Amino acid sequence: MSQLQSKIPDGPISEKWTRHKNNLKLIAPSNKRKYDIIVVGTGLAGAAAAASLGELGYNVKAFCYQDSARRAHSIAAQGGINAAKNYPNDGDSVWRLFYDTVKGGDFRSREANVYRLAEVSSNIIDQCVAQGVPFARDYGGLLANRTFGGTQVSRTFYARGQTGQQLLLGAYSALMRQVNKGKVKVLSRREMLDLVCVDGVARGIVARNLATGEMERHSAHAVLLCTGGYGNVYYLSTNAMGCNVTAAWRCYKRGAFFANPCFTQIHPTCIPVHGTYQSKLTLMSESLRNDGRVWVPRNKDDKRAPEQIPEAERDYYLERRYPAFGNMVPRDIASRAAKERCDAGYGVGETGMSVYLDFNRAIQEQGKAAIEAKYGNLFHMYKKITDEDCYRVPMKIYPAVHYTMGGLWVDYNLQSTIPGLFVLGEANFSDHGANRLGASALMQGLADGYFVAPYTVGDHLATHKLEKIPTDHPAFNEVAQETDGKLKNLLSIQGERSVDSFHRELGGVMWDYCGMARNASGLQTAIERIQKIRWEFWENVRVTGSGEQLNMELEKAGRVADFLEFGELLARDALAREESCGGHFREEHQTEDNDARRDDEHFSHVAAWEYRSPDADPIRHQEELHFENVKLTTRSYK
Amino acid sequence: MKITLHIWRQPSSQVKGSFQTYHLENVSSHMSFLEMLDVLNEQLVSRHEEPVAFDHDCREGICGACGMMINGQPHGPENETTTCQLHMRRFRDGDEIWIEPWRANAFPVIRDLVVDRSAFDRIMQAGGYTSVNTGNAPDANANMIPKRNADLAFDAATCIGCGACVAACKNASAMLFVSAKVSQFALLPQGAPERSIRVQSMVAQMDQEGFGGCSNTNECEAACPAGISVKNIARLNREFLSATLTSEE
Repeated sequence: MSQLQSKIPDGPISEKWTRHKNNLKLIAPSNKRKYDIIVVGTGLAGAAAAASLGELGYNVKAFCYQDSARRAHSIAAQGGINAAKNYPNDGDSVWRLFYDTVKGGDFRSREANVYRLAEVSSNIIDQCVAQGVPFARDYGGLLANRTFGGTQVSRTFYARGQTGQQLLLGAYSALMRQVNKGKVKVLSRREMLDLVCVDGVARGIVARNLATGEMERHSAHAVLLCTGGYGNVYYLSTNAMGCNVTAAWRCYKRGAFFANPCFTQIHPTCIPVHGTYQSKLTLMSESLRNDGRVWVPRNKDDKRAPEQIPEAERDYYLERRYPAFGNMVPRDIASRAAKERCDAGYGVGETGMSVYLDFNRAIQEQGKAAIEAKYGNLFHMYKKITDEDCYRVPMKIYPAVHYTMGGLWVDYNLQSTIPGLFVLGEANFSDHGANRLGASALMQGLADGYFVAPYTVGDHLATHKLEKIPTDHPAFNEVAQETDGKLKNLLSIQGERSVDSFHRELGGVMWDYCGMARNASGLQTAIERIQKIRWEFWENVRVTGSGEQLNMELEKAGRVADFLEFGELLARDALAREESCGGHFREEHQTEDNDARRDDEHFSHVAAWEYRSPDADPIRHQEELHFENVKLTTRSYK
Repeated sequence: MKITLHIWRQPSSQVKGSFQTYHLENVSSHMSFLEMLDVLNEQLVSRHEEPVAFDHDCREGICGACGMMINGQPHGPENETTTCQLHMRRFRDGDEIWIEPWRANAFPVIRDLVVDRSAFDRIMQAGGYTSVNTGNAPDANANMIPKRNADLAFDAATCIGCGACVAACKNASAMLFVSAKVSQFALLPQGAPERSIRVQSMVAQMDQEGFGGCSNTNECEAACPAGISVKNIARLNREFLSATLTSEE
């Protein structure tokens, strides 16, 4: 497994990052302006990295497919951001945040990376407040905190139910400041379609201008991929419509290993599916479980309205099964418990595929105004979508695909197996193991962007001899030609089925066989079905319009084509991981209580997949995980 | 239900556009407005016609990408609701719906319902930030901020940058957008050092982009899906006046 050098620094865990920073090579301030850096994606990780690198003096080009950098999907994160500030004096520490995150990830993440994340978490809050991010405050004027799943302290900072929006606008503002200074150029309505490597080092990208259709070449000394997760492989997810795996998948096919693709997070509290025309699912923040209680009727055929079911005939199944954490168990556990109740026939709502999230007791105890102050915008959103008032009746919720812990493999420097290609935020795999705790995604995106990449990218530039590469270099010509050929191919098929119909079909297969519960025969079926859908796609897809204009069908077609390849890798990874851990639940590996049965002896490793060719199966590499600071235990929230 | 749609179709900024009429049957009242357009587009593709182009992304009302004039109202008839959160239950069987892009000189049409809103980014570049670099921030609790100010700053900061305020205004003014950002920073100690220069730069850029002056009709507030109050415009005017009067340049 010589390819996978995690480059974890020596020394005690609490000193690794400090020591490492002291050893990283620097570039003199006056020399930084000689380096060009490409940042793809302008969410929390991308905007933070692009702004910070611009501040340092590098020439940065930031790319996003949206019409403005401010619209990246980090903006939709609701609940909050964790930090080990211990402001509430409830015993929190860097160690506890580190421990909770490793345990929450079901012991499938790298200790050193997670410790660093916990270590810089406090700086993030300081930075954001200095940017003018209006976090919630108490009457005394100090910052307020709340609790999130999988923890027993209050360490989550929040801005009502719009924390992601406020953090992203903070990073976007910092980015706009650098644009004004001429250090960052934002190229919006651009989609990265491939990576250009010269002598095995990432040196640029090919991107399509989505407004004009023009193919563009951009050369740089380093490329940072901050392109988010791949949840939309399931078609229905809480991701934005445009979220896709294309940039990461292109890099995979150029030599970057893809790690743990089967680690997907199904979030327990989403608005249930209501029709076949449905285009996306909407999350209701985990913070709601602070005051909301999850239940189903105790009797299977109880069709009464929820308010008519007396207390004794309700089953608060999370409180029953997990008395210590109750409604605040981690997401994977809450999701599986909901599925278990619904599959057993206790589900509520028209389809029987939802459970109640009830605020009645909280409203009685705290008053409607207090609940409104905390969750007003979420209740409002729920009413818009469902036409129901959950101050009066309980919410109906069901799990939905939300976040992906897997991603491109990176070392401690966030560098992929392609030198010069760095991967930040949700697009990498490193910090959340097999399950991410709530309010940790924002923390990780900003940690990578503000406080990790600015150091490690500099080291790469300082330790490599990197001549400027002109955009008519043969490597650029080759990649641009390939990309152009693929788009022309998509337009020339002129079949009978729409792009969306293929995406929906793929999503159905993924949800049925690679969703909350997986088994070997189902995964085999999924692989065969995906191959068949892919084959039909390339025979029978209809992409209208031309490539020389704004053409959203063509954009979607390219993304779905990549999802159709990626979905198979996800299923392969799920098949190879013969254990249950975190968001990956194999029915063959469970306890009598339907809890996950991990297999540390054989699977305490990262699976990193290497692409070979269209006809050859990918190779599964392993990076063994070493736990020197936390003891591997069976995760218990009882 | 059955719906008749009159949609503005314009292949590019170089070509003149016009309304096209489409008939949709079996529209469910549970559909969102954009899902209804998805269904139309699916039908257009199956007839080998080009689908209607419109911006959209999160479909949760927060990213600010979507936005169109629906029967003459930005984002349609529902209060404090983006187009993606508008649902068909708001319409009745047999309704005719007219759909147009934002109309403003500062927002040129790219295609169909897609407009170029990069003018907003340029206004932000002119001063919509605090000049702090990564890495040298004081402890987050070093500054105590009265809860009232923090809450007001938050209310202003919830602007999603969709452009509905501009589309609603007969002058195509961007005052509500600019005032929201200026207010957020004017209410917080972190915004104090650049308070004067910020408001002057942002207003200058707003004028340069070709947005009109405030019409004082409050249409912007009525159209705003994030519920941004026109009180912010009053604050912007105060901030601008005070910055101009005390300017040392």
